Amino acid sequence: MDDILNAIVLLTNFVIVPALAYGAQLALGALGVTIIFGILRFANFAHGDLMAFATMVVILVTWVLQDAGIGIAPLPTALIALPVGILAAIAISLFTDRCVYRFYRQKKSAPVIFVIASIGVMFMMNGIVRVIIGPDDQSFGDGARFLIQVTQFREWTGLKEGLAIKMSQALTLGVAVIAVAALFWFMQRTRAGKAMRAYSDNEDLALLSGVNPDRVVFYAWVIAATLATIAGTLYGLDKSFKPFTYFQLLLPIFAAAIVGGIGQPLGAIVGGFIVAFSEVTITYAYRKFLLYLLPAEWVPDGLVQFLSTDYKFAISFVILVVVLLVRPTGVFRGKVI
Amino acid sequence: MSFLIAENMVGGYGGSDILKGCTIAVEKGEIVVIVGPNGAGKSTAMKAVFGMLDLREGSVRLGEDDITTLSPQERVRRGMGFVPQNNNVFSTMTVMENLEMGAYLREDDWSETLDQVFTLFPILKEKRQQDAGELSGGQRQQVAVARALMTRPQVLMLDEPTAGVSPIVMDELFDRIIEIRNTGIAILMVEQNAAQALAIADRGYVLVTGENRFSDSGQALLENDEVRRSFLGG
Repeated sequence: MDDILNAIVLLTNFVIVPALAYGAQLALGALGVTIIFGILRFANFAHGDLMAFATMVVILVTWVLQDAGIGIAPLPTALIALPVGILAAIAISLFTDRCVYRFYRQKKSAPVIFVIASIGVMFMMNGIVRVIIGPDDQSFGDGARFLIQVTQFREWTGLKEGLAIKMSQALTLGVAVIAVAALFWFMQRTRAGKAMRAYSDNEDLALLSGVNPDRVVFYAWVIAATLATIAGTLYGLDKSFKPFTYFQLLLPIFAAAIVGGIGQPLGAIVGGFIVAFSEVTITYAYRKFLLYLLPAEWVPDGLVQFLSTDYKFAISFVILVVVLLVRPTGVFRGKVI
Repeated sequence: MSFLIAENMVGGYGGSDILKGCTIAVEKGEIVVIVGPNGAGKSTAMKAVFGMLDLREGSVRLGEDDITTLSPQERVRRGMGFVPQNNNVFSTMTVMENLEMGAYLREDDWSETLDQVFTLFPILKEKRQQDAGELSGGQRQQVAVARALMTRPQVLMLDEPTAGVSPIVMDELFDRIIEIRNTGIAILMVEQNAAQALAIADRGYVLVTGENRFSDSGQALLENDEVRRSFLGG
């Protein structure tokens, strides 16, 4: 009996909890991508670097606050810096829209032109971040590291395996739930939210109903930038901040948005968790888990790991390709790219 | 002087003109139907009246005002409602949300208009929490007309409202359109089902290659031998 419990705790500690946190971060990122796709009708390749830019601002403000001795321990100081990061992300999003995307919108350019333009924006943003904060890893987490520690857990339960829940993981889930609830309330209940859904559903008819397209685009950027800042900051607190990693996050985020059905907010959330759980379950080494459940001689000698963690991006890529081949609309019947 | 009059319209897409000087007018409390063979420019004429197509010549006047250069959105604000032929509902939104979007520009209390719309289309009240995309073709047309009515228009323009619905649904839709006319709204519509449409029309225009060929009362057009032979299939 203890063996089964130990196996469950082991899996929870190394697979379920990390995947939940990672899934929430991907979901927030994918929501931003999906909203820009729904309103501006292009896949925004600059979203990962927008996350990096926003997180960079949060980090800089966090450092200033830390130097000044301001904090909200046990919670990380970055939470107070978050609003500044959100404002900066909104400002740079609106600025790039004004300088780049608006031009193509007025020309009624094809979506692929927008995509290419967004790749340009991505490189710009990438460069700005590296010039300001450098390409290296930055740590900015403070406050309590753990909500539940392994040793505490062992004492409480008397099990051999321990369960740790990092503060950043708990925070990720909490903040993600609040952000998603606020977003859905906005989309379903408010006049501006309904105008956005109408515009996304049927642009011509929305215009005939008197929806102002400039306002809708403005709201879309505000929401996408806010979500990008939250997603980036939570990811940075949970793992670490490195500009290149944020660029790489683009792939799982796109996979999440497309698996769920691009243009569908609910799909982005489900997609985030599908991608996160696939990545973590496939790259986890199950040897120890099997040792608890099977007689020792049945357990293979190797690590029982399907793929090395070095290949975790391959998983997002495979998911992306399979979904596009088998069900291009995604789980929730979004638009086909 | 008609309430809405589009005079001498010339224009089209790109280089060639589809409309070659046609004139369309509608009075309050009147149903005017535009019929004609395929490619006659019926839908184009509707789009031109609504400002979705730039005119090279001619003018559109609503009441006292010249609205020739106004955008479609501005025309909605001035009291014109338009029901496009295709994609005329928000299919991922509920019936109620579709109606709310119709009233999007209104800052006054529109609950009375909502009651009127629900009296006119009782089925919509029943299905108000359903997504418009899940409804049948005829019900979707009702949502489309109802959405346009929520702006409380003085002129309602319908582009082939009965396209793709069964004859029974068509008769019902025409009955509703007569009821809307009776509230004093001017109705301008393009119809594929010419004979049935002319039967309920106060006046009709027969458009051929972008020009007015016949214009008369609906009844007179139905009784006109030449119109019957050429455009109504006997």
